[in-house]
Amino acid sequence: QGCFVFKPTTKKRRLSEKKAHDFRSTSDDSEDTELRFVTCQSLWNQVKSETQRIQEDLNKQLLENLVSFLSRSHSSFQEKTTEWTCRMKFREIPTAALVLGVNVTDHDLTFRGLSDVLQDNITPYVALLEAKDCPGIKNLMQKLMGQLMNCDIDVDSLEDENCVQVSQNKIRCSMSSLTSWYESITKKTDSETPSKKRNSSSRHWQFPPVVVIFKDMESFTTKVLQDFIVISSQHIHELPLVLIFGIATSPMIIHRLLPHSVSSLLCIELFQSLSCKEHLSTIIDKLLLTSRFPFKLGEKVLQVLINIFLYHDFSVQNFIKGFQLCIVEHFYSQPLSVLCCQLVDIKKRAYSLSHEQCENIRRLPSFRRYVEKQESGKQVALLTNDCFLKEETEKLLEDLHVYHENYVSILRCLHVFTSSLPKYPLGKQIRELHCACLENRVWETKEYESSLQLARMLNKTDLVTMLQQCVEILMSSSGKEFDKAAEKLKEFLTQFQNLEEASQERDVSVSSQKELQKKTDLYHLQKTLLELKESRRSKKLTKFEMLRFEVVDYIDSLVRKYLVPADDRTLHEIVYFNATTVLRGHLNAAPRTALHTALNNPHWYLKNQALKCDGGGISNKAPDICIVYKLHLECGRLINLVDWLEAFSTVVTAAEEPNADAASSDQVDDTIHARFIRAVSELELLGFIKPSKQKTDHVARLTWGGC
Amino acid sequence: MPNLEHPAYPAADLLHLESLVPCRESQVSTLLSIFGERQQFSFPSLFIYGHTSSGKTYVMQTLLTTLQLPHVFVNCVEYFTSRLLLEEILIQLQSCSSGTEQTSPVHCDTLNDFVRLFKQAVASRELQDQTLYIVLDRAEQLREMEANILPAFLRLQELTDRNVTVILLSEVVWELFRPNIGCFEPFTMYFPDYSIGHLQKILSQNHPPEYSADFYAAYINILLGVFYMVCRDLKELRHLAALNFAKYCEPVVRGEANERDTRKLWKNIEPHLKKAMQTVYLREISSSQWERLQHDGGEPGQLKGLSAHTHVELPYYSKFLLIAAYLASYNPVRTDKRFFLKHHGKIRKTNFMKKHEKTSNHLLGPKPFPLDRLLAILYSIVDNRVAPTANIFSQITSLVTLQLLSMVGQNDQLDGPRYKCTVSLDFIRAIAR
Repeated sequence: QGCFVFKPTTKKRRLSEKKAHDFRSTSDDSEDTELRFVTCQSLWNQVKSETQRIQEDLNKQLLENLVSFLSRSHSSFQEKTTEWTCRMKFREIPTAALVLGVNVTDHDLTFRGLSDVLQDNITPYVALLEAKDCPGIKNLMQKLMGQLMNCDIDVDSLEDENCVQVSQNKIRCSMSSLTSWYESITKKTDSETPSKKRNSSSRHWQFPPVVVIFKDMESFTTKVLQDFIVISSQHIHELPLVLIFGIATSPMIIHRLLPHSVSSLLCIELFQSLSCKEHLSTIIDKLLLTSRFPFKLGEKVLQVLINIFLYHDFSVQNFIKGFQLCIVEHFYSQPLSVLCCQLVDIKKRAYSLSHEQCENIRRLPSFRRYVEKQESGKQVALLTNDCFLKEETEKLLEDLHVYHENYVSILRCLHVFTSSLPKYPLGKQIRELHCACLENRVWETKEYESSLQLARMLNKTDLVTMLQQCVEILMSSSGKEFDKAAEKLKEFLTQFQNLEEASQERDVSVSSQKELQKKTDLYHLQKTLLELKESRRSKKLTKFEMLRFEVVDYIDSLVRKYLVPADDRTLHEIVYFNATTVLRGHLNAAPRTALHTALNNPHWYLKNQALKCDGGGISNKAPDICIVYKLHLECGRLINLVDWLEAFSTVVTAAEEPNADAASSDQVDDTIHARFIRAVSELELLGFIKPSKQKTDHVARLTWGGC
Repeated sequence: MPNLEHPAYPAADLLHLESLVPCRESQVSTLLSIFGERQQFSFPSLFIYGHTSSGKTYVMQTLLTTLQLPHVFVNCVEYFTSRLLLEEILIQLQSCSSGTEQTSPVHCDTLNDFVRLFKQAVASRELQDQTLYIVLDRAEQLREMEANILPAFLRLQELTDRNVTVILLSEVVWELFRPNIGCFEPFTMYFPDYSIGHLQKILSQNHPPEYSADFYAAYINILLGVFYMVCRDLKELRHLAALNFAKYCEPVVRGEANERDTRKLWKNIEPHLKKAMQTVYLREISSSQWERLQHDGGEPGQLKGLSAHTHVELPYYSKFLLIAAYLASYNPVRTDKRFFLKHHGKIRKTNFMKKHEKTSNHLLGPKPFPLDRLLAILYSIVDNRVAPTANIFSQITSLVTLQLLSMVGQNDQLDGPRYKCTVSLDFIRAIAR
């Protein structure tokens, strides 16, 4: 029902069910499948733990804020103050409005993390409510009580057997029974043995708040929410309740759902989670722009994933699932992916390659290109000698690894420059720059040209700070080749420092401008202006400008050296996943198009030569439903069934015996009639037509287009 | 001001009662005369109505508790089904009759059972010769329960043949209750709104112990001057008074002004109260945030209210879908061809709009449109080609769950679902930017 539907992606099931043996069934080389499967799994596990860590980090701030809010919210309940203000003030229900963004599928994870944190730090009593479980207040109360009382049984199931073992429908689903339950629970912890008490009070207080989380505020009906809030506000003195509203759109929804008389019972504080775009940037930064993981995404694939994210769902979870699919697909379809492993394992794996695998390597287009560039003796060795090939492969893969390390560092440096240019010719985000660099030689693009030109106009302070950032990036990178580059950049920095003292030239120009202001005569003014312009054009560049050019040129040279697109690297097929169509087919399904293709061109799916269409004609060998479908495409909004049947029988019989049916043309064969009716009802089932009330012997079309 | 007097109750109790219910003396005395003496049968059912926080519940509760009349007090919102309601009444009855805490579980599904169990409960107790009062707060909820509940409560005295009076408290008038088959007419009674003088009197009654009553009364006066225009809700006013009192006292605490210095105090508090009216009163920022702000002496400007966060980030195609939905909802179908086709026919300028269409479509509200039209408009407003993928369709559904679109007529899902766009022009403008 919900949109950002969580697609039960194939891969998860596949990963769990698939034995290595499934991998084998499709690929012919037998030894490596097991290894590939293991590699794939270990890689995915690494990625998974990494993403979890990232997400925990990202949510940390939000969760901390929430926890502090919750611990604050019922402080008065703990102390039982009798101060005047507390007595006079209306007891509002503390409420956290949690704005999480429109990607509803991702919320689950956040809520799970939240309830874990709450149960660890604040209270064992956390209930998660979903709108689809709560169509009425009764269901809501049932759900709430079920969750709360169960969680209680969970927590101290060991020590009390006489605990409320009442079945669910026996309990009266009212707030008063909930309050009496709460009373008994807190009393019990009160009267427990001292050792036990210390134990529990270290984690929770004596009166832990009861947290009720409404996962999807928007979908709750107004009445249910209102009733619940009114009821619970009457019991707030006995039951320290805290509400958390999960909001997907904007906090305005609270005012839209609740009238003032109800919202005045709440004490709402707003919490906002990180925007999903930033979330994605972090994920890309940590997953893709690192040399930690040997597996890489090709430009087109990355573009597809990002497009799905930006255009369709804003769901980081889906992005990660897509990434997972890429991993599985890569290891599944590419036999050489066995070499897609950590650097330390490459040697061992390369030497244990079988002959067929070596042939696979030789068949790789990038490898062929590489071979052609070598001298003839080496060519022969590469193509015939397996051992030599293995050695060479290992070397090439190591090169590739080094390339990645360098690539990432230089990419970050370039991003430092391009991200501060006006209008962002190469994109604001590093992922855009990354895509541009993967796509083709970035220095040949127009955008790169214009950004270099803009970089040549940067002012000094910006330039210096950027250089400092670049130095930091280069120093922290693991690549060994950057010592020199960093040195060079540092040198630039000192030169800029030295420039500060010598700045007389500027004074000169300033004085000339002062002169300009004195002139009043129009002719003279024009003349001087022209002179000035001339002099500026011909004037030698200032020292600063020279230096700036040097810096930009140096950066340019670094880019040309290290940001070579991956497609140009030899053996890139082993670590880069590039099967865009597969991915698109899995992630961005087009059911309508698929249905149309199946009905319009059955050959596409049935692979039967007889069905092959010639132009727009209708073959009588096609399944009945296809014929009916094609005929219906030629009709308008209302279709006359008799005409349709007529046409159908003509198509079906005409090709068989073109002259025999002339005699019995007015009488349609019963079998054909039956076939027709069956096909039409199938079309109705598929939702293409429906019976019309306007004319009894007509059906209405539900789709447009076609004719 | 009529002093409460009734022969059946001790004068001290009545005096105490009078001090507890300021500005409601006349209603209380009417009630007392209806109730009569303890053992006397009273009117079978009373219906008391009045605006929000006009003291219905409070007066009823204090009256019954101070005079120690046997009673059962039930809120109908809380006990939302008839079964819960009836059982709750029986449970309370048990606990107030026996005094001891042995409440055996009661099962009462129908009114028939209720009458039987009720008789048992009343018969088994010593208070047989006193009138029992059953107060049903928020009685408007009774209308949504089974049809027989309300009429039965109205004539419970007759049905059970016991000395019982049912009192209904509600915010709506009796006319809206009356079932169309007719029923026993209760005695109706109206609690009028508190006037500003009443509010002043009631609010000033509870002054904080460390300040004099006059000082607090002056504060209440200022508070009412600001808030009376927008809010007459006693509870809300009392809440606001408690929230802002600390700020009012500030000059006194700092020694800049004494308690008599009304003008100075007014100058200090007035802008503060106005700000409170725009923020706390509307629940834009919560009262605890407001208190913290006061405490730190910060400006409320730094805290953005709830409605400041109106921006909603949507995926690219969701934005276009929403815009397309908006266009489909507010443009007539006839104009589609003109707006969205590249080579549309020539438009007859004269009398293009019929007369009744001259009123802005925005005043008429959104109109439903079929899915096909939405998609057609989408294809024409998006620059590049859009494939009708599952993602696009699921986005429509998700917009429905986010309540940005709403589905009209849910019965025919298969053939042409129809939608309405529920967002405002401002929202669309913000998105389209």
